[in-house]
Amino acid sequence: MDTTGTLFFPPGGSTYAGDVDSLFYFIYYASAIMFALVIGATIFFIIRYRRRQQTGKTYGKDHNFALEVTWTVIPTILILIVFVWGFRSYMRMNVVPRDAMEVKVTGQKWFWSFAYGSGASSVNELVVPVGQPVKLLMSSRDVIHSFFIPNFRMKMDVLPNRYTITWFEATRTGEFDLFCTEYCGQGHSEMIGRVKVLGEREFSEWLDAGSGPGQGESLVDYGRRLYTSRACNTCHSIDGSANVGPTFKGIFGRQEAMVAGGFITVDENYIRESILQPQAKVVAGYQPVMPTYQGILKDRDIDALIAFMKSLSNE
Amino acid sequence: MAATITAPAPNYLNATKGWKSWLLTLDHKRIAILYMVAIAVFFLVGGVMAMLIRLELLNPGRDLVGANTYNKLFTLHGAIMIFLFIIPGIPAILGNFLLPILLGARDVAFPRLNLASWYIFMLGGLFALYSIITGSIDTGWTFYTPYSTQTDTSVVSMTLGAFILGFSSILTGLNFIVTIHKLRLPGITWYRLPLFVWSIYATAIIQVLATPVLGITLLLLVVERLAGIGIFDPAMGGDPVLYQHFFWFYSHPAVYIMILPGMGIISELITTHSHKKIFGYKAVAYSSLGIALVSFLVWGHHMFVSGQSELAAMLFSFLTFFVGIPSGIKVFNWVTTMYRGSIVLNTPMLYALSFLFLFSIGGFTGIFLGALAVDVHLHDTYFIVAHFHYVMMGGTVMAFLGGIHHWWPKMFGKLYNEFWAKIACGLIFVGFNVTFGSQFILGSQGMPRRYYTYVDQYQPLHAFSTFGSWILGAGFLIMAVYLIHSLVKGKRAGSNPWYSLTMEWETSSPPPTENFIELPSLTHGPYDYDKVLPINVEPDGKPAKLKEAVS
Repeated sequence: MDTTGTLFFPPGGSTYAGDVDSLFYFIYYASAIMFALVIGATIFFIIRYRRRQQTGKTYGKDHNFALEVTWTVIPTILILIVFVWGFRSYMRMNVVPRDAMEVKVTGQKWFWSFAYGSGASSVNELVVPVGQPVKLLMSSRDVIHSFFIPNFRMKMDVLPNRYTITWFEATRTGEFDLFCTEYCGQGHSEMIGRVKVLGEREFSEWLDAGSGPGQGESLVDYGRRLYTSRACNTCHSIDGSANVGPTFKGIFGRQEAMVAGGFITVDENYIRESILQPQAKVVAGYQPVMPTYQGILKDRDIDALIAFMKSLSNE
Repeated sequence: MAATITAPAPNYLNATKGWKSWLLTLDHKRIAILYMVAIAVFFLVGGVMAMLIRLELLNPGRDLVGANTYNKLFTLHGAIMIFLFIIPGIPAILGNFLLPILLGARDVAFPRLNLASWYIFMLGGLFALYSIITGSIDTGWTFYTPYSTQTDTSVVSMTLGAFILGFSSILTGLNFIVTIHKLRLPGITWYRLPLFVWSIYATAIIQVLATPVLGITLLLLVVERLAGIGIFDPAMGGDPVLYQHFFWFYSHPAVYIMILPGMGIISELITTHSHKKIFGYKAVAYSSLGIALVSFLVWGHHMFVSGQSELAAMLFSFLTFFVGIPSGIKVFNWVTTMYRGSIVLNTPMLYALSFLFLFSIGGFTGIFLGALAVDVHLHDTYFIVAHFHYVMMGGTVMAFLGGIHHWWPKMFGKLYNEFWAKIACGLIFVGFNVTFGSQFILGSQGMPRRYYTYVDQYQPLHAFSTFGSWILGAGFLIMAVYLIHSLVKGKRAGSNPWYSLTMEWETSSPPPTENFIELPSLTHGPYDYDKVLPINVEPDGKPAKLKEAVS
């Protein structure tokens, strides 16, 4: 298993990545040879049969049965090989091993959340053990998304009206990119997560720890950590710049005009309501696009985020 | 001296005058020019948007516009290029101009319907314009549900625009089918038709059979948005994947609406400029029909990771490979046609050779995408973007440009500057490969398409691609200058500057309104370069031999 990557591929990290790459290179070299023949013949003919001073009638034979059969049969055989190889590998990628660990994946504008059987959960960070098959049971809360891990050569659409299922088995520890590859609107290109592959022991430690403030971590620091780990930062800046949503800088205590008219002073209850029922009172000038965090953030998480926002107003 | 010059016979361009004579014309050649002007404007708009997209992608994050504007730009670039440029392009311009002439007919079967098609086309274009003015659209040209049912941009007017454009396409196809069946000059049998006519015929069949499905699909989308009837949006009880099936049932055959006419042009360019009989006439002719037929059975290859069943995926993968074989056979036939020919590397031929090079790459990279396991990795990445640009732009647009340069002297009776034309062709070829060749690697490295910003590791290749777009833009700019210059100051062209044997070169350049003053003699077939030496009638009326055409 290469870990450096090649011209065409990022380094592989799943059990079937090597197979996909091999088929890719088989097609690549077969095509390159045929392409070289076609272009080579073209260049040779251009040079050899360039029109010179005078020209007359040209060669009139327009059939060659042997030649035509050859250039029909050989490509047909090659593509049949590619078809069968591609299909067999595809089935391997689609049939989930029976002992796979299941993770529930939810896609929504514009982040991924993951729920584990043990009750642990995470946002934009899929944590899995190395060397164990992981089954992904996926659905969307709004539009279609697509779950893509380039290093694993895996991809599957995530639909709002039913579950899609895929699986992988990571072959080495490390961190990998996770992209959304079905266009889903303004934040599509920022719907990016990480896949963290841990050793078996580190993984079970991670499962046990779950989320929550670390030892000696202040509520504000924990809120700051949630701000990125729960993907608030996709839409809300902390430096005052406008984004999909209002900036958090100085938000606590600020008077905001509402889409529905009137003003509201941002306090603890308004923040809580906006996290759990984002469409209830939307700030003027912004789209009602925020998804609910009901079931994703616990009360202590919301407390921490409020503390974090307060700290941004005191600076 | 003045006394001895007889006024040149009126041609279709100067037979009648005034804007009314153009806007109410029933002459297929003038209607072709009307399409040409409109489509050139759309191509310019779509092209400028492409340049802006590439500029924005020079660096991650914001270079030029915000995410929402970017999303609208790539949507409009796709929708304009597909519905307003590449689908109508070759059939409506070159097909309209050439088809009746190649059949020895005076006009298409239904000249009034032909003009109506242009007005319907313009109406569709106006709907698109209205959509752009009223908030534009950010769904991608595919209008995938449920995003397209939920976004608050102008989806309804844009889809209605595409719906209306579909009628223009259907009516043009219908007109061409009837024309080819009923208006061939006695003696022009099917196997004496130029291959361009065969490809236009195959295209017309797809236009008539597939476009109604797109119309129905887009109408259902409009009904869902306006009346709230759940068809595709799960929030209302619909199924979003159903939309994808409907959409690709049209839009995959539509890929062949785009490429088949281009293939027809290549057959004409290579035979004329190699001065050689086409190798395997029937194989090339029937492969067009074969492609048209199989094209209806492969739509599911756009949906290998959409959650469709493994059985469906297997069948679609299998059938996809079999649409590749006829295209491959055509390429082999074109190359073999050059064997023992008399090849001249003028601008149309350079575009034909560019086509062979780029379309082959487009075709070979299609094999990667037809292979199920590999497609899972490459789907919806820049590899797809590169692949379809190699087929659509490297294929169809190169053929279209080759066709425009080939028939320009016939259409306007003027020669363009060959030196600048070759420079522009070279810039476009190099710029194209820099822009899109790099995107294959971006894609297989994992860069998803339709991304406003991206992770840092992709920056160098994105920058490379953006530089390519500047070379490409420079090529098109030069082309616009020398083509317009040729209309004003170009040298007058003879009837047959390329010494071709197809019938359009037997009439004067530009042709008279009735196409032929005397009916063509039909003493030879379109590719009988082994039997006949063609003659060019110079602007001064003197017939010229072939060797004088070579500098």
